[in-house]
Amino acid sequence: MDNAFDWTFFSEVLVGGLLAGVMYSLVAIGFVLIYKTSGVFNFAQGSMVLFAALTFVSLTERGLSFGAALAVTAAAMAVLGIVVENAVLRPLVNRPPVTLFMATLGLSYIIEGGAQLLWGAQVHALELGIQDTPLEVSGMLISKFDLIAAGISAGMVAVLSLFFRYTRTGLAFRAVADDTFAALAVGLRLPRIRTAVWIAAGLVSLVAGLLWGSRLGVQFSLSLVVLKALPVLVLGGFDSVPGVIVGGLLIGAFEKLAEVYLGPYVGGGIEGWFAYAIALLFLLIRPAGLFGGRTLERV
Amino acid sequence: MSALRVNTGEGREPSPASEPLLRVAGLEAVYGASIAALHHIDLTVRPGEIVALLGSNGAGKTTTLKAISNLLPAQRGKVSRGEIHFDGHDVLKKSPSALARLGLVQVLEGRHCFRTLSVEENLITGGLGRSSSRREIAEDLEKVYAIFPRLKEKRKSRAGLASGGEQQMTAIGRALMTRPRLLVLDEPSMGLAPLTVQAIFKALAELNESAGLAILVAEQNAAVALRFAHRVAVIENGTSVVNESAAEFRRRSDVQSFYLGGGATIASGEAGEVLLQQQQISNKSAHSTF
Repeated sequence: MDNAFDWTFFSEVLVGGLLAGVMYSLVAIGFVLIYKTSGVFNFAQGSMVLFAALTFVSLTERGLSFGAALAVTAAAMAVLGIVVENAVLRPLVNRPPVTLFMATLGLSYIIEGGAQLLWGAQVHALELGIQDTPLEVSGMLISKFDLIAAGISAGMVAVLSLFFRYTRTGLAFRAVADDTFAALAVGLRLPRIRTAVWIAAGLVSLVAGLLWGSRLGVQFSLSLVVLKALPVLVLGGFDSVPGVIVGGLLIGAFEKLAEVYLGPYVGGGIEGWFAYAIALLFLLIRPAGLFGGRTLERV
Repeated sequence: MSALRVNTGEGREPSPASEPLLRVAGLEAVYGASIAALHHIDLTVRPGEIVALLGSNGAGKTTTLKAISNLLPAQRGKVSRGEIHFDGHDVLKKSPSALARLGLVQVLEGRHCFRTLSVEENLITGGLGRSSSRREIAEDLEKVYAIFPRLKEKRKSRAGLASGGEQQMTAIGRALMTRPRLLVLDEPSMGLAPLTVQAIFKALAELNESAGLAILVAEQNAAVALRFAHRVAVIENGTSVVNESAAEFRRRSDVQSFYLGGGATIASGEAGEVLLQQQQISNKSAHSTF
């Protein structure tokens, strides 16, 4: 090793980590939306990501154009959200959190199995038409794909924020997230709002599925991106959208930096578990997360 | 101090008897699988009537009100016997939002404002459940601001940062946005300064007179509730024990001193002393909250 610290290389790793982190945030936001309105930790989020990616790629392989496949998949995710909320979660409303968690765990496998039944089990390549050529930005080499993926994720977050800020459904969502019991008492139609949120979470999964799918290939391990989102949720707080954005960036950055700078000393392979070490540390120090308002329990 | 005196003179006659708007009969409720909260509650509210629901802490006032809005299931409780009808509808078969659309809405104990939303956003949420049009919401907002001018000044600030009185007004205003026929209030005076309590009850009485809004209000601060109520129902250990006109109730001073106190400290039997205690409690709360 040289004596002089290579700052350009450091920045390159950092930016790469941050961009990957944005994509973690994207998956984590799906969790937050549902957690805030239903108090459910939706373990099936990963399966929804897989289901979306698999549906999209199977449709394009059958000759649908990008736009048509996107529209059909979006519709399918909306239907999935409506069915899950109405058929599974509504009958279980007011049950203890662990019951709801088990329900989404079961749901996770049913959605995966359903996707397999529908589209088969082989691995698909997903081509979004984004060239993954490195861009040179002030001496650093940055993946163009990562940059565009981060841009799309940021756009998604912006759209969601505007939706929650300026629409009636958005206002109702914020009210339910703030005080569910008061929302019930004042006559807000919770089932309707929760259904809307499941649809929104489905659309977020679609975007996450396309981005992650085109990076990792569309296969069943794609549903494991849920495991990447967990440390982000712990760090950012289960009930905070800004929290998971910051959490995602931090996890992405730390993960890559640790892999590059600490990895060689311990024989590599840190990336897989380092995020969990941070999350664990956070659980011990600040269980509500950086921005979380309350601890993880149904209110 | 005189503001809170039990009294005399200001009692108003109940509106002419007619079909009850709300009828609770033989109500029994449990929490969880077996914890009995209510044993036998009978209660009616006629159109245009203000009914005060009195009783000491833990007597079952809040559970009764939650049952009336069918909010018990959301807290793992349920009505195990008896019936509740609102305007001919079986309350237990309607969701809280359906009840709100029928004109029955509740202001919860402890106000429960949406703390991260602005005061005005809080009010608007009251119009969402009934799918009010944009114009209706604007009209209703003006009405609420006319009743509680302080809210107009605070409309852009977060409800969580408003004072206790402003939060109570926000919670009431939010309920009014649903265009109710029966407004149910649980302890609206809790933790508020006496003057604020007076202002809130005065506004409610005006709504009752001008718009014929029926009101069912549970209060530990019986003194203030009695001044505005037409009729009184008293709950003791989950059972309704008194059901009569406010005027008659006030005349029976023995009963009065017994039910006017807060909580279990009633043994003193001296109405004046109890009032003094209440005054202290509300002063203390006024300082300690927000």
